[in-house]
Amino acid sequence: MVLTPLNLPFAELEVGQHLYWQIGNINLHGQVFLSSWVVIGALLALIVIGTRKMERDPSGVQNFLEFLWDYLRDLAREQIGEKAYRDWLPFIGTLFLFIFVCNWGGALIPWRLIELPNGELGAPTADINTTVAMALLVSLSYFYAGLSRKGLRYFEYYVEPTPIMLPFKIIEDFTKPLSLSFRLFGNILADELVVAVLAFLVPVLVPLPAMFLGLFTSAIQALIFATLAANYIGEAVHEEAH
Amino acid sequence: MTWLLLAEAAVPEGGLFDLDATLPLMAVQVVLLTFLLNSLFFRPVGKVVEDREGYISTSRADAKQKLEQIKRLEADLQDQLRGARQAAQSAIVEAESEVDALYREALAEAEAEANRTREQARREIESQRDAAQASLMSQVDQLSSQIIQRLMAA
Repeated sequence: MVLTPLNLPFAELEVGQHLYWQIGNINLHGQVFLSSWVVIGALLALIVIGTRKMERDPSGVQNFLEFLWDYLRDLAREQIGEKAYRDWLPFIGTLFLFIFVCNWGGALIPWRLIELPNGELGAPTADINTTVAMALLVSLSYFYAGLSRKGLRYFEYYVEPTPIMLPFKIIEDFTKPLSLSFRLFGNILADELVVAVLAFLVPVLVPLPAMFLGLFTSAIQALIFATLAANYIGEAVHEEAH
Repeated sequence: MTWLLLAEAAVPEGGLFDLDATLPLMAVQVVLLTFLLNSLFFRPVGKVVEDREGYISTSRADAKQKLEQIKRLEADLQDQLRGARQAAQSAIVEAESEVDALYREALAEAEAEANRTREQARREIESQRDAAQASLMSQVDQLSSQIIQRLMAA
């Protein structure tokens, strides 16, 4: 599906087109990796600049990074609990930061100016592979968290408070990654599409409110993903008061 | 830009829900990013923040201790000041009473002296008057005897 109206190169609408990289006989979505490398590079650059010369009296970028760190620590501590949050803070924080920079990068960087042979650059989180990958990582990590902390007693969680909960808890293990991945994917893709459609119909001013709304939902989605991931891990490591 | 297409042959159909090897590679990438951010961001920043929190709490405890010490010293000094005031007050009272006693003593002495002097003067006057009276009496006697002699002679 390719629409090219008004000879505006940046108001082009493509859905489901990918820049395929073929290595051996596996296929990769090249545009996802390209844009993710750009946003990861920006994130790392910010962090390297901010942590290069840290002092006890923070200033400039260090201040901002400390604010971020504090925010993520509070998020992880609130959801996972005082005892286990330290082990999971880097994972939760990375999820938040990566999703956040992906979403905002997708919205703020004028990717359309870069012409690709096929597909188009955009937020890496608007590709189902990225979100499913992260959702599966979350699933793996909460299983790992529960098993490593409680051993096989982790599975008591499935029959608490009553064994009637067993089927629901098993279903939850499938719905958790499904809802995580589709929520993020759907929101970001829909936001990109809304902006693209509005830009396609009226290229001036009208898409701006949708863009601001997009920035807002992007941030919220990153927060939701990280909070839910932390919450699942917290649920898995939670010790029942016997 | 065609270098971005690593191979042209047999490009898949694509689509929105096209899951392929991007998924595991992206997962690996996220895991790598987690380790990278852990060593670049979470650990160093966490160390700085927690060091600062420790520094602040020890400084605060230190300051609290010093404040307590100051309060103790202040109370001590207040006590000393009160003691000194009391001492001064009692010294003043003592000096006043001493002065009073001295004054009374001096006054009494002066009064006694005056009384004595007056008594002496009175006694002197009395004796002189007595002496004068006696001499007058003797003169009167003499005169009267003379008068009697003259009258007798005449």
